[in-house]
Amino acid sequence: MNLYGIFQLIVYLAVLVAFVKPLGWYMARVYRAQPCGLDRLLAPAERAIYRLCGIEPGEMMGWKVYAASLLIFSAVGLLAVYGLQRVQAILPLNPAALAAVTPDSSFNTAISFVSNTNWQGYGGETTMSYLSQMLGLGVQNFVSAATGMAVLVALVRGLAGSGTKAIGNFWVDLTRSTLYILLPLSIVLALVLVSQGVVQSFRPYQTVALMQPVSVEQAGKEGEPSTRIVSQVLPLGPAASQIAIKQLGTNGGGFFNVNSAHPFENPTPLSNFLQVLAILLIPAALCWTFGEMVHDRRQGWAVLAAMLVIFVPLLAATYWFEAAGTSVLAGPNMEGKETRFGIANSALWATATTAASNGSVNSMHDSYTPLGGLIPMWLMQIGEVVFGGVGSGLYGMLMFVIVAVFVAGLMVGRTPEYLGKKIEPFEMKMAAIAVLIPCGLVLLGTAAAVLLPQGSSGTSNPGPHGFSQILYAFSSASNNNGSAFAGLSANTPFYNFSLGVCMFLARFWLIVPVLAIAGSLAAKKPVPTTSGTLPTHTPVFVAMLVCVVIIVGALTFVPALALGPVAEQLLLHSH
Amino acid sequence: MATSNAPHSLFDSAIVRGAVLASLAKLNPREQVRNPVMFVVFVVSMLATVLWVQAIVSTGEAPARFIGWVALWLWFTVFFANFAEAMAEGRGKAQAASLRKARRDVKARKLSAPSRQAPSTMIDGAALRKGDLVLVDAGEVIPGDGEIIEGVASVNESAITGESAPVIREAGGDRSAVTGGTTVLSDWLIVRIAADPGQTFLDRMIALVEGAKRQKTPNEIALDILLAKLSIIFLLACVTLLPYSIYAVAQAKAADPASGAAPVTVTVLVALLVCLIPTTIGGLLSAIRIAGMDRLVQANVIATSGRAVEAAGDVDVLLLDKTGTITLGNRQAAAFLPVDGATLEELADAAQLASLADETPEGRSIVVLAKKHGLRERHIHELGATFSPFSAQTRMSGVSVNGREIRKGAADAIDAYVARMGGRPSEQARTIVNEVSRRGSTPLVVADGKGRTLGVVELKDVVKGGIAERFAEMRRMGIKTVMITGDNPITAAAIAAEAGVDDFLAQATPENKLDLIRKYQLGGRLVAMTGDGTNDAPALAQADVAVAMNTGTQAAKEAGNMVDLDSNPTKLIEVVRIGKQLLMTRGSLTTFSIANDVAKYFAIIPVAFAATYPQLDALNIMRLNPATGILSAVIFNALIIVALIPLALRGVKYKPVEASVLLRNNLLIYGVGGLIVPFIGIKIIDLLLNAF
Repeated sequence: MNLYGIFQLIVYLAVLVAFVKPLGWYMARVYRAQPCGLDRLLAPAERAIYRLCGIEPGEMMGWKVYAASLLIFSAVGLLAVYGLQRVQAILPLNPAALAAVTPDSSFNTAISFVSNTNWQGYGGETTMSYLSQMLGLGVQNFVSAATGMAVLVALVRGLAGSGTKAIGNFWVDLTRSTLYILLPLSIVLALVLVSQGVVQSFRPYQTVALMQPVSVEQAGKEGEPSTRIVSQVLPLGPAASQIAIKQLGTNGGGFFNVNSAHPFENPTPLSNFLQVLAILLIPAALCWTFGEMVHDRRQGWAVLAAMLVIFVPLLAATYWFEAAGTSVLAGPNMEGKETRFGIANSALWATATTAASNGSVNSMHDSYTPLGGLIPMWLMQIGEVVFGGVGSGLYGMLMFVIVAVFVAGLMVGRTPEYLGKKIEPFEMKMAAIAVLIPCGLVLLGTAAAVLLPQGSSGTSNPGPHGFSQILYAFSSASNNNGSAFAGLSANTPFYNFSLGVCMFLARFWLIVPVLAIAGSLAAKKPVPTTSGTLPTHTPVFVAMLVCVVIIVGALTFVPALALGPVAEQLLLHSH
Repeated sequence: MATSNAPHSLFDSAIVRGAVLASLAKLNPREQVRNPVMFVVFVVSMLATVLWVQAIVSTGEAPARFIGWVALWLWFTVFFANFAEAMAEGRGKAQAASLRKARRDVKARKLSAPSRQAPSTMIDGAALRKGDLVLVDAGEVIPGDGEIIEGVASVNESAITGESAPVIREAGGDRSAVTGGTTVLSDWLIVRIAADPGQTFLDRMIALVEGAKRQKTPNEIALDILLAKLSIIFLLACVTLLPYSIYAVAQAKAADPASGAAPVTVTVLVALLVCLIPTTIGGLLSAIRIAGMDRLVQANVIATSGRAVEAAGDVDVLLLDKTGTITLGNRQAAAFLPVDGATLEELADAAQLASLADETPEGRSIVVLAKKHGLRERHIHELGATFSPFSAQTRMSGVSVNGREIRKGAADAIDAYVARMGGRPSEQARTIVNEVSRRGSTPLVVADGKGRTLGVVELKDVVKGGIAERFAEMRRMGIKTVMITGDNPITAAAIAAEAGVDDFLAQATPENKLDLIRKYQLGGRLVAMTGDGTNDAPALAQADVAVAMNTGTQAAKEAGNMVDLDSNPTKLIEVVRIGKQLLMTRGSLTTFSIANDVAKYFAIIPVAFAATYPQLDALNIMRLNPATGILSAVIFNALIIVALIPLALRGVKYKPVEASVLLRNNLLIYGVGGLIVPFIGIKIIDLLLNAF
């Protein structure tokens, strides 16, 4: 660790927090359909979309209709992305003449992008045509993010509502999230990224002569003359537009295989800073939107504070572990990191991308020190609620808030209530399901993988590190993160199928109970606040919330982590 | 205060003995399945026992001695949870038994018509149905709850209230209800039975303390869901640990074939599971509920459901009757204020005359005040005076003596009287009346038959000592206090200010009382009130927590969801405290239970995987003996249930402070305490295990 690195992290946090209020304010206006500035420009487009799709924007939906619309929309997206990959060979915009994607990989990728996970079992430049990238993955990058934001807004309306059944109109929330928030931000970011050298091109891959030709010994054939390599293929494509939304929408699916470690995706320190800022930008600002929409901004700040209280120490710890290296490796651990980013920016990215359910990487987490790699894994395991995905992170956090409020409420001798809404068995049941599903999927998925040869053969390292690779994959998929530890050969039928199922269940089996809570809360009349009411904006409550997230989210994984990264660290130490 | 329902000492030896037996009886699976957390422990205890038998008769997965000890302590965990519940039930039963003594087998004289002369048959008290008429003579026990339809009698209610002074019960009005098991001391009563057998107060009270009504409240159901969720998570974490461990062993063996790695045993997993799931709160949950009800009964209040008790904790508006609750029962004459040239003596004399036959406390206090002004008490019969009592029409009372008429009453009534008598209502009196009202006192105007206003008697409400402090407490708890009074707004405002209530309803009628409750409820508030009269019944039925006075009418008692046997209107405050304490005990022990898990991980994980990864011993920060570390954690987990039984039964301390302060305090005690205590406890147990 050095002062320069620490300074960069502080600047990052300061800029992030500075954006919370203005962007949060803007989004609150968007969701309340108040004038927000851009509406003068975009309102005709919005109206045209509604007319074209036959949407009645004034129609309010109950939670069941809302959930059904969302599920149908996602199902259509799923089929479209699957179909597109399967027939990409015969469709245009395929200059590299890539073949159809295999059924299991298509299945996995379709779920991955529709569920805002963006787990990538494939390598972009060797698998996907430009059309598949743009029409399939790019579109889902927008709408899967917008879906998450819609669910959050529905939940917030439930909290703010009083004796109503309506929680909003899914089609309107989806359209407004995309049109007013994700699109404008993406356009701005994409243009800046292009200025930094991120590629945006429809030209075919370029073959160029190497400036320093290399000789490669052929494996297993000692004594034979080595092969001289004089040229390389440079993949191109419409990357910048995809990368902007991949970060802003906490998607994380890279255009190229090595994601934002690739110089064409992330060429300069400035592009790196902007991308890592974009990862947490909307999730952080949505906290403010939430506070504004429930008419108590302190509530939004409190939730953001809880997120930061967990995030900042973990960021510092990752930086510390990577900067310290291990007893085997003297000095900082630069393995798997780009020299143009260094330790501090790699640690920041690793922490931010797993705190938010983004999953893009600018360094390879597989190469981190055991404890440095434990932190990104653990951030996913606590349920992607520290910032988390756009929308999904905050609604996940609000599920933890419900649990925390319940216990804290009992401790002050009242039927627990949050923002005046009583937390009763129905909410508790739904919140329990929401917290339980990701935990269960991680644990059971990992268990299945280590028991079956199809699963355990995918690891690239023996011992606890191999176990970490599997645990990481299921933690990522079951929390809709999409980050990969690398090292694990996941493009196999077993992993494509099991991780696909995890991503699907984690996303949609969570959205339904969340919307159910939204509906049930909306129908309740708020209880007025008195001095006997548990205040949920105080430092004490923030501390309580942090403890609940850590204890419920983390205690579950202590034994598994002990067998993975912790054992690995101690083994290293004993060498 | 009551004596019959006095608390039993916490560990009364007879109760403990009964509880030990009862906890063994509760090992029945059908009994266990009601509590999801303890059911898990029950099942894995059986599993551990099977493993132990296997280890004895053939090769076990671990030394039989180790499995045996773990199994034994798992059974102790189940047993201790049962014991906690049985203790609470036992204490309830002891109370029920003392209540049952009141329900002797009585014979009832059933009447065929509501008249003392009507033909009667002697039947068993237990055979009486709702609507039956019975005659009860002096010295007889009232056979069931009911309403007096004829007669006046003094009744000893000590069997129910513990209060030995007899009370008067009479037909009509607000003192017409009688309770089965109480004794008529003098005179006779005809009672219409109001409850079928098994539905009387005594039955309800016994059922309540025995915990027969096991209906869970919504809060409990929600907590059960949370605990079940935690149990499922930890179950998954422990079950999947076996494949993880098998994989780790395979990896270790591949790296070093000589490695002594062995997969984690089922016994260790079972031990880990039981330590992680929230057994502490799970085991004490029903004890907490029963003890909460028990505390209510100790306060001499019967609730119709557990839900009502919890609702009491949520109350945010308290409607309190002024008289008897906020002020001492009655107003006292404090000053004579003559007007229009009348002298003080004249006024005192007239006021005394008018009050001689007035047996109301106000009337008597006027005579007492007159005495202080040097006027001897006279006898109304010696004066040959005739008394005209207060009536709702005239709203005055007074005397006619030697052709002279004296009247006292409310200002407007007297003004009307003066006008009728040809006089002019006094301006000065009006000024004084307003002044007196502003002071919070009640003005009583005295006038004579010549249409002359003599002056004003100031009747003062005496606010109970210490009541303002209690209301301040309420405010800190977030509870709004509203005084209900029949007084005019000016008087009401003055008393409200003196007593420190937040709001008041003046000139209250049953209708505007009901409206007020509805208004608060529409705003999302939970309203509590007390009442005794039949006209209180609609408001009682509307209120969320309604405490009826035992002295009140049957209608009031049926409309309320609690009955206060002491008929003490301030009891509402106590009820709120008990409700809050019940919820707080649950919340605090849940926090404690979950916080305990951290230490247990540090105790079990290093030892469990020592064979595969000896390096994990670095996590053994308590430096436990690898042979006994896991057992120490299991023993701690079992013993902590017993250690917390007194807390579960007594309830956590409740201080009337703001919610944020309360949360901070309880988090420090039960959250931080819950983190630290097991580290110390497990270490001590481990040291003890290794000392022998």
